[in-house]
Amino acid sequence: MIRIANGQGFWGDSPDAPVSQVRRGPIDYLTLDYLAEVTMSILQKQRARDPELGYARDFVEVVERILPDLAAKNIRLVANAGGLNPEACRRAVRAVAQKNGFDLPIATVSGDDITSRIDELLDRGVEFRNMDTGEPLSTIRDRVRSASVYLGAFPIARALDGGAQIVITGRCADAALVLGPMIHEFGWKTDEWDRLAAGIVAGHAIECGAQGSGGNCQDDWATVPDLADIGYPIVEANPDGSFVVTKHEGTGGRVTVASVTEQLVYEIGDPRAYLTPDCGADFTSFHLAQDGPNRVRCIGVKGLPATPSYKVSISFAAGFRAIGSVAYAWPDAYEKAKAGARILRERLERMGLDFDTMHSELLGANACHGIAAAEPSPELAAQLPEVVMRFGVRSRNRIAVERFTKEIAPLVLSGPPSVTGLGAGRPKVEEVMAYWPALIPKSAVNAVVSQ
Amino acid sequence: MKIRLADIAHSRSGDKGNTSNIGLIARSPEHYQTLVEQVTAERVKEHFAGVCKGRVERFELPNLHALTFLLYEALDGGGTLSLRADPQGKTLGTALLRMEIEAPE
Repeated sequence: MIRIANGQGFWGDSPDAPVSQVRRGPIDYLTLDYLAEVTMSILQKQRARDPELGYARDFVEVVERILPDLAAKNIRLVANAGGLNPEACRRAVRAVAQKNGFDLPIATVSGDDITSRIDELLDRGVEFRNMDTGEPLSTIRDRVRSASVYLGAFPIARALDGGAQIVITGRCADAALVLGPMIHEFGWKTDEWDRLAAGIVAGHAIECGAQGSGGNCQDDWATVPDLADIGYPIVEANPDGSFVVTKHEGTGGRVTVASVTEQLVYEIGDPRAYLTPDCGADFTSFHLAQDGPNRVRCIGVKGLPATPSYKVSISFAAGFRAIGSVAYAWPDAYEKAKAGARILRERLERMGLDFDTMHSELLGANACHGIAAAEPSPELAAQLPEVVMRFGVRSRNRIAVERFTKEIAPLVLSGPPSVTGLGAGRPKVEEVMAYWPALIPKSAVNAVVSQ
Repeated sequence: MKIRLADIAHSRSGDKGNTSNIGLIARSPEHYQTLVEQVTAERVKEHFAGVCKGRVERFELPNLHALTFLLYEALDGGGTLSLRADPQGKTLGTALLRMEIEAPE
């Protein structure tokens, strides 16, 4: 049995979680998941500014803090912190290790970044049609900023086979960070679909950090113990593919069938065939059972053969946006906020600005649930102590968005009363990246492991 | 008698591009059948009228006493494009729990 821990569910997650995972109980592997579509677009902007950037810089600080534990306890670290620049990430990690007197073997996995190969691949007949809409890439070709293939777990396993104590990857399937160590330890083959799929289910259970151990848990959330000191999830994996989800003793949070199930049904598309680079996983196949306090056992995962394609995520420039807000206080907070939004919209329309979209919401009334919450009844609306009017615009035309940012503040003096601005100054104009999901034949991609 | 889904189920939701992904889990195995019978794709589409511009697809996970739903074109363009306060539809899971159903016998 090996213990594989997660210490980061996204870039921006707690920097103390990896430290807790290596210090407060036994683990063999620590996995850190930094990448999401939103993250890739931030990394892309950073690399465009400086070719030595484009990776998760927080990772370097995390490594510095946990290096003594990794070395003393022989814990191996697998992270997709490389983002769009795994080599630069390795240079930074190596420098910080040397500074602290450690010399650990660090491998990178790359080959996922095909940004510079798009034209060559188009020439070779890879169409990159949008998986959702079927449109050809030519629709957005001139606005493409990055293209990353989701690689699988076998390159990670190869890096571990080669002796790496730290494996830094670029884009790969999130669950591959967890499956990779299992392949390395248990010698699973590329066609052992049930076992590979078990590794994917295990990876899915912990890849979102504490969301797998009682965080963001709706099942009796108020009774989840000590969320302030929540323990991040750990998988105890067996060579036959069965596994237990747990967490370190003495930490907060809760690992129950209900809390693990919430994570397992999260973002899986068609549960009968959750497709990953290495296999399909059937989320309708397995069984969960409570196996002691904060222990959930999973058995019986069925897999499906891998497909001949990898998924590619292509980011492209989609214009600019800005979002601002003001707060209206009782009495009539709801009616005032509604009027504020209407007045602002009218002013913008009169200016004839070129927006792709304008959007207003009333936070405190029904912004999150939208129409499912319905409008508050007149009685409820009259009681609301305050309502935040949040207004956003998006446009290909930066000047139009900049003009919008000057229209929020005037509302305070020239609109409905009992209103206050939120935050400091005008809203910021942000460049917007959009994502184009596509497929690429596996034969066109070369995963590179560098020891 | 009418009850809300929140009385017999819990949920979690997230995104894939412009598609919202909602998992709905029965609080006890005997309530799973109630979910299967009453929380149809059509009812979910109706519940999210104005939010979900595309179709709704439903999947059954009897092993987890859960249903999952894909709500296409439900996220105002998706995570990076959307101007909503909840661009990834993280709260649409609880929005589903507002649905009224017939209480199981």
